[in-house]
Amino acid sequence: MAKSHKHFELDAVTLTDEQKKIIRRRNVAIALILAGLATIFFIATFVQLGANVASRSL
Amino acid sequence: MSDMNIDINAKNGNPAANELGAEQMADVKDYFELLKPSVMRLVVFTALVGLVVAPGYIHPFTAFISILCIAIGAGSAGCLNMWYEHKIDALMSRTANRPIPSGRIKPDQALTFGILLMVGSVTMLGMLVNWFAAGFLAFTIFYYMVIYTMWLKPRTPLNIVIGGASGAFPPMIGYACVTGSITIESLVLFLIIFMWTPAHFWALNLYIKRDYEKANIPMMPSVKGEPATRRQILAYTYITAICGLLPALLGFAGLLYASAALVLGFGFIYFAHQVHRHNSGDAATKAAKNMFAFSLLYLMLLFTLLLAEHSFDILVSFNLLNLIGL
Repeated sequence: MAKSHKHFELDAVTLTDEQKKIIRRRNVAIALILAGLATIFFIATFVQLGANVASRSL
Repeated sequence: MSDMNIDINAKNGNPAANELGAEQMADVKDYFELLKPSVMRLVVFTALVGLVVAPGYIHPFTAFISILCIAIGAGSAGCLNMWYEHKIDALMSRTANRPIPSGRIKPDQALTFGILLMVGSVTMLGMLVNWFAAGFLAFTIFYYMVIYTMWLKPRTPLNIVIGGASGAFPPMIGYACVTGSITIESLVLFLIIFMWTPAHFWALNLYIKRDYEKANIPMMPSVKGEPATRRQILAYTYITAICGLLPALLGFAGLLYASAALVLGFGFIYFAHQVHRHNSGDAATKAAKNMFAFSLLYLMLLFTLLLAEHSFDILVSFNLLNLIGL
């Protein structure tokens, strides 16, 4: 089978250093929020159920 | 079958490439700004007072979750408000640099962010605290967005009177987080903020009237005139000063609060009279600015005293004072 090669030249966006830093800060913020939510629900489970967490029927 | 080799060339010198790259990118602080942190601070504080004043026990962690959810709920309301009013914001110098009118965040992004926070905060409050408080929080966000922002604000100079209720609900939500209900005590906390709001905002309107006129928002000084606004400020100040005494009269505040409410009430009335008396020139502007500043101090001090008195009661009930040797 003959292969035809087509070359496309696309213009892409070049992020500046400041923009890269912004993206990094946003990613870190999202990660911290997710970790915070997981921690909150984990602790809240113990606060609300107390000792019943350990003695639930499986 | 053909293979396609795609070369993506990022060229620093290419104008087309840099056009997208130069677009402003929203930083974390821009998203935070969407939450109206200054309003959020007041909401958190008053909700905390409601939570502490409420009778009954709440686990400290559940209390923390309650305040967090109320804060995020208030933030979502602020965010949705900025989304809805971004065209008006662009017209006023005070708000033109907000994230949406300045182009840092697109309106759709703000709308999505606001809805996400609203659903998240209400759901979390319902699941981890109680569904009555969660329903109340959802109603408050609805009231602020639909009743105040969309309906009343562009239509009537009484917008801040009726719409101000949304700013007065947080202590009731905080209270409901503990009791799961509405009582006379929580209604009194609501009433103090509800009656305080018009005098506070109209004092501000008196010296930034032009901004609102430019945006076609019917505020009291523009529609009814300044003399009528000054009379209304005076009337609402008297009512607020009386409402400020109610916690002591109903027995859920002590002597310290009662004395402070009396002195601060007189101070509030004094500044309202100054606004009423000085109706033109620099003296009028100064009187309005003093009134605005004192109104903030008035509410902060009253609620701080309520917080302090009830925090002391909590310490006593847990015998914590014995532990620290008092």
